[in-house]
Order: sequence, then C-alpha cells, then structure tokens
Amino acid sequence: MTPLRISIAAAVASALLLLIVLELIRGRRLKERYALLWLVTGLALLVLSVWRGGLNTIAGWLGVSGYPPAILFAAATLFVIVVLLHYSTVLSRLDDENVRLAQELALLRTRLDELERSTLAEELEHGHETLGR
Amino acid sequence: MNLGRILAIVPAFDEEATIAGVIGGIHAFDPAIDVVVVDDGSTDRTAAAAAAAGAAVVRLPFNLGIGATVQTGFRYALERGYDTAVRLDGDGQHDPSELGKLLAALAEDRADVITGSRFVERNGAYRPPLGRRLGITWFARLVSLLTGQRVTDTTSGFQALNRRGIALFAEDYPSDYPEVEATVLVLKHRLRLAEVQVEMREREHGTSSITFVKSIYYVCKVTLALVVAMARRYTLPSEEAAHR
Repeated sequence: MTPLRISIAAAVASALLLLIVLELIRGRRLKERYALLWLVTGLALLVLSVWRGGLNTIAGWLGVSGYPPAILFAAATLFVIVVLLHYSTVLSRLDDENVRLAQELALLRTRLDELERSTLAEELEHGHETLGR
Repeated sequence: MNLGRILAIVPAFDEEATIAGVIGGIHAFDPAIDVVVVDDGSTDRTAAAAAAAGAAVVRLPFNLGIGATVQTGFRYALERGYDTAVRLDGDGQHDPSELGKLLAALAEDRADVITGSRFVERNGAYRPPLGRRLGITWFARLVSLLTGQRVTDTTSGFQALNRRGIALFAEDYPSDYPEVEATVLVLKHRLRLAEVQVEMREREHGTSSITFVKSIYYVCKVTLALVVAMARRYTLPSEEAAHR
C-alpha cells in the first residue's frame, strides 16, 4: 500500500501544477493549445495520487508489487515525454515557418528596392524635383 | 526545347572575394542570363560586391543555411516566371563556362533537372582525396540503390532546371546538406534527373573546413536524412491537383 504521506505530497504537487497551468492560461501567458497536455498531465497525476486503491491496482497489473508509488513516477515521466515530443513537433513547425517568413521578407525587400529605384528613375526622367528637397 | 528566360541562382555566404568573378563569368558565358545572388546573412560585403557586378541581390535577414538559401533563389525564379534556372556556388568552384553542357542537356529535354557531375566519366580530371572519395562513392551507391537510377555525383550543386524542377525546389527543398537529399526528392516526385560530365575548380578562396570527425558526422546525418527522405510521404503534383 502507498504510504499516506506520499499520497498527500503527490496530490499537493499535482494540484499545484494544475493551479499554475490554469493561472498561466488565465494570464494568457500559455495558449490553450499548448496547455491541454499539461492539464491532462496534472489531472492524471492528481487522480493517481488521491485514488490510492486505484494506484495499487494499476501497480498490481503492471507487476509492481513492492512499491506502488513507482507508478506515479512512471506516469509523470511518460507524460513529460509526451509533452516534450509535442514541443519538438511544434518547434519543427515554427522552424519551417520562420524560414519561410525570412525568405518571403528577403524576396519582398528585393522587390521593394527595385520598385523604389524604378519610381525614382521615372521621376527623374519626368523632371520632378524630388531629390533636392 | 526552348530554354526561354534563364536565371542563374548563386547562393553566397561571405564570398566578397569571389562573387564578382562568378557573376562576371556567367555574363561572359551569356550576357542574357539574369543573375540573382542570395546572400545568406553574410558578415562581409558580399551583397554590395554582387550588386556592383550587376546581379540582383536577395539578402536573407539572418543565416538560414545553404538549403533555405538555394530555395530562396528558386522561389525568386518561380515568382518571376523564369523558364530555366541554373545554380552555381558563390565560392567559384562551379565554372560558368561549363554551363553550356548543362543547358544543352536541358534544351534536348533529357530531364527536368540536369546535374553537373565530376564522375560520369571514370577518367575525369577530378581526383578528390581518399576520404572525400569514399564519402562521395557511398552516397552515389546508396542513392542509386534507393532510387534505382544511376547517380554518380550526389553532392554536386551545379544544376540546371526547367520550370517543373524550379516549381518543385521552390516548394520543397532539403535544409542542411541539401544536394544528396534533393536527388531523392526529384525522383520521388517523378521528375526526371540526368547527369552530365563537368569539370569543377578547386575552391578559389578559403579552405573546406570539414574535419575528419565532422565528415563522419556528416555521413551519418545525411544517410539518416536519405532514409527519412525515402520513407517520407510525398504529394505528387497530380494528386495535389485532385485535392483542389
């Protein structure tokens, strides 16, 4: 059986995690899109900490006989890996988008330079005194 | 096949010493070819030197690496409706006077992408050092095996492309050591690829900084990239049209 103190500590920690995530969402410092996985993580850990019988049952299924709280660590690790993997995909997408933006910016700047030069040349041709001012 | 309007794409990073020579060489070969230099965030006066030599210059706001730099050139070509693009490196290793061979093969419509290879003929003049040769052979064999088409020089960036080739590379071009992967990309998209024998110069300026450890890393990384490129999902142009 999981020691009561571990259950309490784990429950407090996961509740704290949930509160922090919610607060970050409220303050718009974390977008819902990226918060969802953290909420799931916090909730799952909270449930596993509070529902002590359940933790023991799952430990039994997985053949963890001596120390049921190990399941808590395993679950936490698993969720963190999923969150990190999610971030890697986000990072890859941002990387692609960043490259595309830099390319578009450079192409537009070249086009703008050309346009300015040709406008200037046209004005000079028509004798407008745009330069002297 | 008429080659139409031709654009030369020259990717450059800190090549102020050689860039004017490359542009001059292209114009000496054919003054009608437009040149665009894509400056990959150089810290020297590459862009100014290129503009002074009569090239259009696209300056990337920061260093994006060779793949994205080259792709910028293809996007430039696509946007402006060029019929043919050639790519030469800004360090001067690709000799503009060899462009005729690439363009002739393209004019004969031998393929959509023509690559200048140093090794089509076994007794070509270029003899790289052993380590390099091993690497080049490894990739040539691997790509040939994977794609079922004989490719001898997968690391060559000396290429000529028609509109289909330009459109593909503008949309999708690999990033880090792009030439090897691009070979697979072309064939996966069912475009035609052909090689012609060309001579390349030794680097005019600076030395190749690839050390032994780096080259091992390079070989592993590109091999992985190749496997990924083979396993990747591709949307063929015909399928893309069906989606619309």
